[in-house]
Amino acid sequence: MSETWIILGATSTIARVFARKVSESGKSVILAGRDLDELERSAADCKSRGAPDAKTVAIDARNIESFEAGLALARATSGTVNAAVFVGSMPPQEEIDENPDLIEGTIADSFTGPAQFLTMLAPLLEDRGSGTIVGVGSVAGDRGRLGNYVYGAAKSGFHTYLSGLRNRLGRSGVHVVTVKPGTVDTAMTWGMDALPFLAQPEKVADDILRAVSKRRNTLYTPMIWWPVMTIIKSIPEAIFKKLKI
Amino acid sequence: MRWKDSTYTGWGRFHQATGSLARPERADHVQQITADDPAPAIGMRRSYGDACLNHQGRAIDMTRLDRVLEFDAETGMIHVEAGAQIGDLLHSFAPRGWLPPVMPGTGFATIGGGIAMDVHGKNHHGTGSFGQHVTEFTLMTPKGPKVISPDTDEALFKATVGGLGQTGPILSARFPLLKAKGDVMVVTERRVDNWADFIPLLDNSDATYSVGWIDATARGRSLGRGILEEAETGGGLVKAARRAKKIPFNTPGFALSPAIVRMFNASYWRRVPHSGRTSVKPIDDFFFPLDKIHDWNKLYGKRGFHQFQCVVPLEAVDALRTMLVNIANSGLASPLAVLKRMGPGRGGYMSFPMEGYTLAVDFRANRHAEKLVAELESMTCDAKGRIYLAKDGLAASTHIRAMYPEHASWLEQIKKIDPEGSYSTDLIRRLNLRDAT
Repeated sequence: MSETWIILGATSTIARVFARKVSESGKSVILAGRDLDELERSAADCKSRGAPDAKTVAIDARNIESFEAGLALARATSGTVNAAVFVGSMPPQEEIDENPDLIEGTIADSFTGPAQFLTMLAPLLEDRGSGTIVGVGSVAGDRGRLGNYVYGAAKSGFHTYLSGLRNRLGRSGVHVVTVKPGTVDTAMTWGMDALPFLAQPEKVADDILRAVSKRRNTLYTPMIWWPVMTIIKSIPEAIFKKLKI
Repeated sequence: MRWKDSTYTGWGRFHQATGSLARPERADHVQQITADDPAPAIGMRRSYGDACLNHQGRAIDMTRLDRVLEFDAETGMIHVEAGAQIGDLLHSFAPRGWLPPVMPGTGFATIGGGIAMDVHGKNHHGTGSFGQHVTEFTLMTPKGPKVISPDTDEALFKATVGGLGQTGPILSARFPLLKAKGDVMVVTERRVDNWADFIPLLDNSDATYSVGWIDATARGRSLGRGILEEAETGGGLVKAARRAKKIPFNTPGFALSPAIVRMFNASYWRRVPHSGRTSVKPIDDFFFPLDKIHDWNKLYGKRGFHQFQCVVPLEAVDALRTMLVNIANSGLASPLAVLKRMGPGRGGYMSFPMEGYTLAVDFRANRHAEKLVAELESMTCDAKGRIYLAKDGLAASTHIRAMYPEHASWLEQIKKIDPEGSYSTDLIRRLNLRDAT
């Protein structure tokens, strides 16, 4: 039976690798994002590497009106529909401190936009009684930290949303994977100094695909972040508030 | 575009550069950078010396622009972004029966790098160099992206193929993949007793792919002994290649001491039975045997290593034998040494290939090795041969001029397209290649 992945934020580094890998395994893709030229190039790549079909659609996470075009493409497919959401933005915390207006956009990109999109898509997957949703959060969402707590708060909200969505969709045979990557070697982190456990996008995409096939609920990638975040989460707030990590 | 302060090296890790690197992920970012302040493009930095370095300058890392933009399943014609790796194309297309027309010894090399070095592979004697298969490429010129083919601008095409990146960043290229039966290689290995046997075997081989491993430590009657590998593509099922291993640390000096290398080479040679053998291998194992060990360059320790690679004309075969005598007597060679017969195919003014025999040997970096490489370089020059600039980190400017007679034609194009020298690299400066004499 045919299978299609609709990928939101498809121009992001990890999404691109992910789209290529699902194409190589013979699945169709719908690439959604803001930069149509880039999406076209990626769609050509997916098609050349084995995707039976690769479509593009302009979707802006901050504009709910733009979602319908993507949802229509998903409805037009037959077979299983899967979704992977890679959108998010992380302005430096100092800039947010200067300009609180940035909070709205950060939360729209990293939480409310993807949550709205998935809420609108969910009935289709429920109807078809199959499919997997991959929501990309972040280890930053596990605890509010000095360096990026607005971004962290948005991702934390998204984690909670995904956990609820999993609870709902599991009843109709649809699975939801929450992915919490650590720092990944992408355009977002290029030029930042000394990042711990910096992972390659290839590795993260492979981990996600494994989590999908094993129907894992929550994935820390690379795996080292699971013990690291377990420790960080367990530090009492009285101590944590004095730390700079 | 964000710039990252980096210290980076070529594959040999001997030369080092400190500078800023950009790594664009969107196609139009290269154009923005070039409009603001042009910088040379680099790929996976599999050049051994300093061709991929721009010390105290900037460079554009092209590796994230690696998409296939078009593939025609009827003809095999592919259009691909310059940062794509040749091994990646092999993995994606070989299962469907298509191979890159030319594959260098590492699958990590990019398409852009493959053009800029006009790389050759184990089928060079039959199919020529990589640049000869490229029908057109898109070059980032000062006036914007421009499609260049031998028909639209032959001189610029030939200045870019093998042109060391000096005509500007290559954005994408079009070339036909080769039809193959499948992703399996049928490989015949023959044990060769000495130099006198090796050369006729190379001359008479009619295999599509052929390469010789040579024991560069063997002397006397065993001088030039080795293993000849000949291969054809085929269909069938073999166990998939194992996952790449990593070298976690720099190896200490004694690991490559002469006695250990001699012992290793002798047992490697005896591994192939006297009567030879034919086996079926996964395609990667044949084309990219060393890629299985991820950072094998660390085996040479933290000071790095040099690879000497020359080609000499057919009639200068005795000069090559003399070089091998010098190498064997020095006791400096590592196990990695390759001998191959090349055809005449070359795509650009500064391309390496010429019809003859090519020899490549690795040496751990130290002053003895540098002295030996300088000797070998003079001998190459006397034999009217050529040094491969993708490997070189030590050559003298005067020798290189003598070896590359079309330098003036190349320079004329470079002066036209980049009069300011924005695309200059450490290799270009070391060899004064931007000067007429």
